[in-house]
Amino acid sequence: MKKIGRILLDTKEGILISLRAIKVNKMRAILTTLGIVIGIVAVTTMTTAIIGLKQAFIQSISSIGQNVLYVDKYEWLGGKNWRMYRNRKNITFDQYLKLKKSLSYYDAIAPIQRTFGRTIKYKNRSATSSFIYGTTEEYLKISEVLPDTGRFFSEMDVGAAHNVCVIGKDIAKALFPNEDPINKEIKVMGHRLRVIGVLEKQGSGFFGTISLDSQIIMPITVFYKIIGGRRRSMQIAVKVNDETKIDDVRLEIEAIMRTIRKVPPGKPDDFAINRQQVFEDMYDKTVGIIAIAGIVITALSLFVGAIGIMNIMFVSVTERTREIGIRKAIGAKTHAILLQFLSEATIICLIGGLIGLAISFPLSLLINQFLPTAMPFEVVLLALFISFVVGIISGILPAKKAAKLNPVEALRYE
Amino acid sequence: MNIITLEHIAKIYEVGAEKVHALRDVSLKIDKGEYVAIMGPSGSGKSTLMNILGCLDTPTKGLYSFKGVNVSEMDDNELAEIRNREIGFVFQTFNLLPRSDALHNVELPLIYAGVPSDVRKKRAEEALLQVGLGDRVHHKPNELSGGQRQRVAIARALVTEPSIILADEPTGNLDTKTGEEIMLLFNEIYEQGNTIILVTHEEYIAEHAERIIRLRDGQIESDEPVQNRYIPDLSAIREKEESE
Repeated sequence: MKKIGRILLDTKEGILISLRAIKVNKMRAILTTLGIVIGIVAVTTMTTAIIGLKQAFIQSISSIGQNVLYVDKYEWLGGKNWRMYRNRKNITFDQYLKLKKSLSYYDAIAPIQRTFGRTIKYKNRSATSSFIYGTTEEYLKISEVLPDTGRFFSEMDVGAAHNVCVIGKDIAKALFPNEDPINKEIKVMGHRLRVIGVLEKQGSGFFGTISLDSQIIMPITVFYKIIGGRRRSMQIAVKVNDETKIDDVRLEIEAIMRTIRKVPPGKPDDFAINRQQVFEDMYDKTVGIIAIAGIVITALSLFVGAIGIMNIMFVSVTERTREIGIRKAIGAKTHAILLQFLSEATIICLIGGLIGLAISFPLSLLINQFLPTAMPFEVVLLALFISFVVGIISGILPAKKAAKLNPVEALRYE
Repeated sequence: MNIITLEHIAKIYEVGAEKVHALRDVSLKIDKGEYVAIMGPSGSGKSTLMNILGCLDTPTKGLYSFKGVNVSEMDDNELAEIRNREIGFVFQTFNLLPRSDALHNVELPLIYAGVPSDVRKKRAEEALLQVGLGDRVHHKPNELSGGQRQRVAIARALVTEPSIILADEPTGNLDTKTGEEIMLLFNEIYEQGNTIILVTHEEYIAEHAERIIRLRDGQIESDEPVQNRYIPDLSAIREKEESE
């Protein structure tokens, strides 16, 4: 206990002594920190940008749904195997019904039949939709996108194949610039559909490639009636709110689908169960590598800064040889001298780190204009930690040199 | 009571392939309360002896016991502790920290002794008062005269209440009058019961002590008490000052 107290006291004195030394040599200390300042600015800005980029990516694929499993003929990002997927049996509405019946645990399950954009008309106006979806009322729970006016279609609308639809914000704006779209009839492929809801604004997905606000969603029964597509493969979306149950549900879906699609034992699945995760994994694999390379390169600037500090600390030790001799003569132990120079290097680096943060914080606000990010608190802590470590690393050799000086020779030094 | 006992001390430096015998077989004893001068021409080994006595260096051969403790085989940190607690150094070139004020310079040995800050300040102020610098506490060395700087150094040596004061040519960088003032201060310190070891090459300075040890070629040439000890007299100094 007494020993710990002594170490704390020694550390405190070491810090006070080095603060004195830094105060005396302000200009040199500030110039020395420059290397660290630049390094910290580079690393923190880079990290913030990388985190922002990832957040932007996640945001742009968030329409897929974090906890949703998609049963599909195609493996997402399956790449060159698409020919094999294309020859698989379709996923059909019938399979959806069977899966829904057999699946023991889920929060929502919906079939999604999809087709590319079509021209939509209202009176003399027209608009092009990005996608047209045919699904059931449960889709609302899966997409978590709510209508901000009107309502989503109901189970009854689906069952009775009522000619109703829900439209995206952009379509509503294009077709109904001055009036309320609700209960107006629009024309889709020559069929009249009554608008019963307008979805809230979502922005665009996949880095702006798909406008989520120009989609049209209708009951799947209506979709089959007016667009057809019973022969095309569909997706079955299964939502599981409890993250921990997702893997179990996935296994159950796999087993049921194999039974439904009569896949013989030992043969691989002839369908895929996809998740948003695959996009994130792909992102991490590609952009992640670039990001790591970027951080490594910027870290090099920190390394250069550390070498600069080490150099100055060596000069400082030589310059203060006599001072070290005096301190040793009057009773400074090896570790006290070591601590003094080590804390000097560390304090210089921490000051550099703080200056660096003061510069990179406004920079992160600038980045925020383009990417959804602010400098995370973790990055601030990381920057200070890095500064501390750089201080220790660049200070240890000069400090050791100082601590090892022979007092007799040091006192004689001119 | 013996503070210092040297038995057959030798110090050999290796300069390249050559061996330099700085000290050969030195034995001596110094008691508590003594005022000893170590004299000798340059090359006699007096600096080496001072470094060993001051625990700045260890002997190659022989036994050095300080207050009954064998210090000849101690490591650097143990020696540092002895220096810190038992020895007060006064150097020819003062060896103050140039950018720290008098108070901080005097505080320094107490910092390394682990004395808490408030106690430290009080003791440093008292030491400065004792050497007559109560009004120069916050002056830096370059704002002080040579004599005042040496007083700060003496205050620094006294502040830890060491067993011995080790002064290496303390008047070497001072004019005669200031030197005499410093010697007067040493006399006061001696009269208060402190043990002083004075290293000098000036006969006149050495005669302030009560015993002179003369070194030549790394050996003790003579070790005798001073018959007519020169006791500095402030009024004599003043008279001298006026006549000049």
